[in-house]
Amino acid sequence: MSSYTLKVNGQAMNVEAAPDTPLLWVLRDHLNLVGTKFGCGMGLCGACTVHVGGEAVRSCQLPVSTLGARPITTVEGLDPEGASAVQDAWDEVDVPQCGYCQAGQMMSASALLAKTPKPSDAEIDGAMAGNLCRCGTYSRIRAAVHLAAAKTASV
Amino acid sequence: MKTEIASSLTRRGFIKSTGVASTGLSLGIMLSQRAGAAEENPAFPAPSDDEFAPNFHLRIGPDGQVTIISQNPECGQGIKTALPMLIAEELEVDWKTVVVEQAGLDDRYERQVAGGSGATPKHFMEFRRLGATAREMLIAAAMEQWGVDRAACSAKHNAVHDVSSGHSLSYAELVAAAATMEVPDVKSVTLKDPSNFTILGKRIPGVDNPALLRGEPLFGIDQTIPGMVHATFIKCPAFGGKVKSANLDVVKRSAGVTDAFVIEGSDKIDELLPGVAILGVDTWSVFKAAKSLVVEWDTADVSDQNTDSFYARAEEISAGEAQSNLRDDGDITQAFLNAEQTVDAYYTYPYASHANLEPQNCTAVVTADSAEIWAPTQLPSWGRDLVAGHLGIPAENIIIHITKIGGGFGRRLISDYMVQCAAIAQKYGKPVKMTWSREEDMQHDHYRAAGWHRFKGGVNSDGEIVAWQDHFVTLGVESDEDTGRGAGISKDEFPCRFVPNFKLGQTIMNTRVPLGWWRAPGSCAIAFATQSFIDELAHAASADSVDFKLKLLGDASQPAANKKQPGYHGGRMSGVVALAAKKIGWGKSLPGGEGLGVAFHFSHLGYVAMGAHVVVSKNGAMKVKRIAAAVDVGQTIMNLSGAENQVEGSIVDAISTAMELQITVANGAVQQSNFHDYPLLRLPDTPVIETHFIQTDFPTTGLGEPAFPPVAPAIANAVFAATGKRIRSMPFNQHDLSWS
Repeated sequence: MSSYTLKVNGQAMNVEAAPDTPLLWVLRDHLNLVGTKFGCGMGLCGACTVHVGGEAVRSCQLPVSTLGARPITTVEGLDPEGASAVQDAWDEVDVPQCGYCQAGQMMSASALLAKTPKPSDAEIDGAMAGNLCRCGTYSRIRAAVHLAAAKTASV
Repeated sequence: MKTEIASSLTRRGFIKSTGVASTGLSLGIMLSQRAGAAEENPAFPAPSDDEFAPNFHLRIGPDGQVTIISQNPECGQGIKTALPMLIAEELEVDWKTVVVEQAGLDDRYERQVAGGSGATPKHFMEFRRLGATAREMLIAAAMEQWGVDRAACSAKHNAVHDVSSGHSLSYAELVAAAATMEVPDVKSVTLKDPSNFTILGKRIPGVDNPALLRGEPLFGIDQTIPGMVHATFIKCPAFGGKVKSANLDVVKRSAGVTDAFVIEGSDKIDELLPGVAILGVDTWSVFKAAKSLVVEWDTADVSDQNTDSFYARAEEISAGEAQSNLRDDGDITQAFLNAEQTVDAYYTYPYASHANLEPQNCTAVVTADSAEIWAPTQLPSWGRDLVAGHLGIPAENIIIHITKIGGGFGRRLISDYMVQCAAIAQKYGKPVKMTWSREEDMQHDHYRAAGWHRFKGGVNSDGEIVAWQDHFVTLGVESDEDTGRGAGISKDEFPCRFVPNFKLGQTIMNTRVPLGWWRAPGSCAIAFATQSFIDELAHAASADSVDFKLKLLGDASQPAANKKQPGYHGGRMSGVVALAAKKIGWGKSLPGGEGLGVAFHFSHLGYVAMGAHVVVSKNGAMKVKRIAAAVDVGQTIMNLSGAENQVEGSIVDAISTAMELQITVANGAVQQSNFHDYPLLRLPDTPVIETHFIQTDFPTTGLGEPAFPPVAPAIANAVFAATGKRIRSMPFNQHDLSWS
């Protein structure tokens, strides 16, 4: 076990974990930030997507020892009120069915929108292809990304 | 229906009735009847003394706060939103004022299950009566205060209004008096005319959305209990293999591991499987330690299972006499002799996994004689009973919290993971959260049954099916007499009753691969075979395939063989077939390599047809461009947003399953392990989807399943239209669809 200080959602957080522990399990089991989900453990499903240094990454593939002081954002830190444009759009379009993948979907979408404020369908396809939704809410995810873009533009 | 009003009501105004099982009315149970440990059941959100709680589904606080209890597990089907809408509608409260709470397992709720698309037909009228009864008690309280009669009063927007005087009393002001009112006979309460609905039929976002979208701990896998350890449970790759020996000493030395031990388990492959439990400080530690685990398994009884040999046997068996004839109408032999054309075809489909995105998991605190369990379960009572049976704990000492479920699809009707976690927690003596890895999840599912259909069909010169024969070869699990879960076929399977000569034979192969109910059990795969073969017969008859189907269906309703089963209404199905065909643009000319297909299926009381538009490149790459769904689930679409979501999701699920997915077994073990070799559909491959509802004057029914079955055959029929190539097996990606 080793000690690490991570910067998660703007706060410094100390953890004791094995160096190869993926960020996913540090968040879920050590920091009790369970909004980030475990789906596959191989970077195939995107349920564990978080932002590290502003990039959408699969937290199940990132050992805690490699993170350093880079800022980490999870779904819990997207917005202090949980009312970011993406979260509002997801509710308005009523995207979720079971909802298990949706934190990862929103993290991928918000990273996309940060760089591409008005994404085309093709750009959405490219950015969201790594996130599985077993319930099949993809049509609504597309619509919600467009709506979130519109909400952001109108602010 | 026998309903009896309590002679002395409790201060909370609970309603008492008998005959609960026959009426299905949860109205009927008094809180005071709760006994023993159940009285302390923390899984049941009991009302406080100053609340008006006229039944187990509703309470209104002295401040007017309306809380509706959702009894059924929520697995993405939207029931936690839809059923409370029924109560709120009749209660005449504004939806935004309602808080919904999840109930735990309590036997006084009827049918606490997420399955069979059954909650809607079961509860649609009953839950409205729960709301209406409470509304009438609130109105009665206002009438007494004002000294007016019922005709003068109306309820709206969380208040009772006296239309003559213009007075109003809010529900908050009426709570105390309402709790003392006599409970009206449920048969006497008047339900709203559907044309006056203000909540039902609207687009209501899921009640869990706000918490979910903030990442709050809702799911089973999110539960945290003070003092708990993390665990995983490694089972034999070959189903049911027992542990002979394991290198537990090595595993225990792995960083972060606190213990490792063998669970002996039982012989039943759907209950407490034998295996090795590994416990530690976090999930990663136990997953990592599992990689160093070496087990010598006793697989003597189980290693001969191979899907390749199942396929070979089925192909051979299907060509011979059936083990049993489920149905034999008319004279099939003579009908084939008289037919203008006959067609032979052999259809197959593979095993499929549920692949819930939330892997199986459970959290449990267990002592020698009690247990408290948090589980993402579609059927919590089964889990409780397994725990009771295997661990020797009285069922009344077991509390089950029903967590939100990260995808059900039928997997979590089977509660193997609950008893495994409870057994580990009991042995370890501390609270345990058990999580399966994705690989364990995919390789220890209870799979959608593979199946084989050898068809022969005959058409006459008028373009009608005159003879239909299917030898269905299916699977038993440790039985060649009973079909496994979800592996049966209805004696009324379409086009039975719609063709004069119909023979359905069945042969069961004895296997030891666990089977489970998988979204629209039976229908989810059988419809691919039957609906594709009907399309083949239409082409053999040189008929327009949609006209052929409409003629086959007609307008009449056909009774079921067994009167307990529903009939089949040809007219309702014709309605959705015609609409799906119209919406997909049936009859329009298309560029080369593009095609349209239509298919339909009746399941779970729902009539659904799909139109599919596919594009196939010359080298055989196929893409579904658009799907038009036509759906008749009766009079009321409860939640328009939720209903459309179910249809859209069913379509994506069905495309995913048809195109690329299959589970294969070699030497008793599943060969797929994760999403690289079980590749679910992704967003870029999602077609444009349109959903059209036809609201008919029939009872409202459920929508978790019936939109799934007709999708795959609609696509296969469209591929034939595009390429002239008939797909007769799933997954579709194994076929060469190139054309020139």
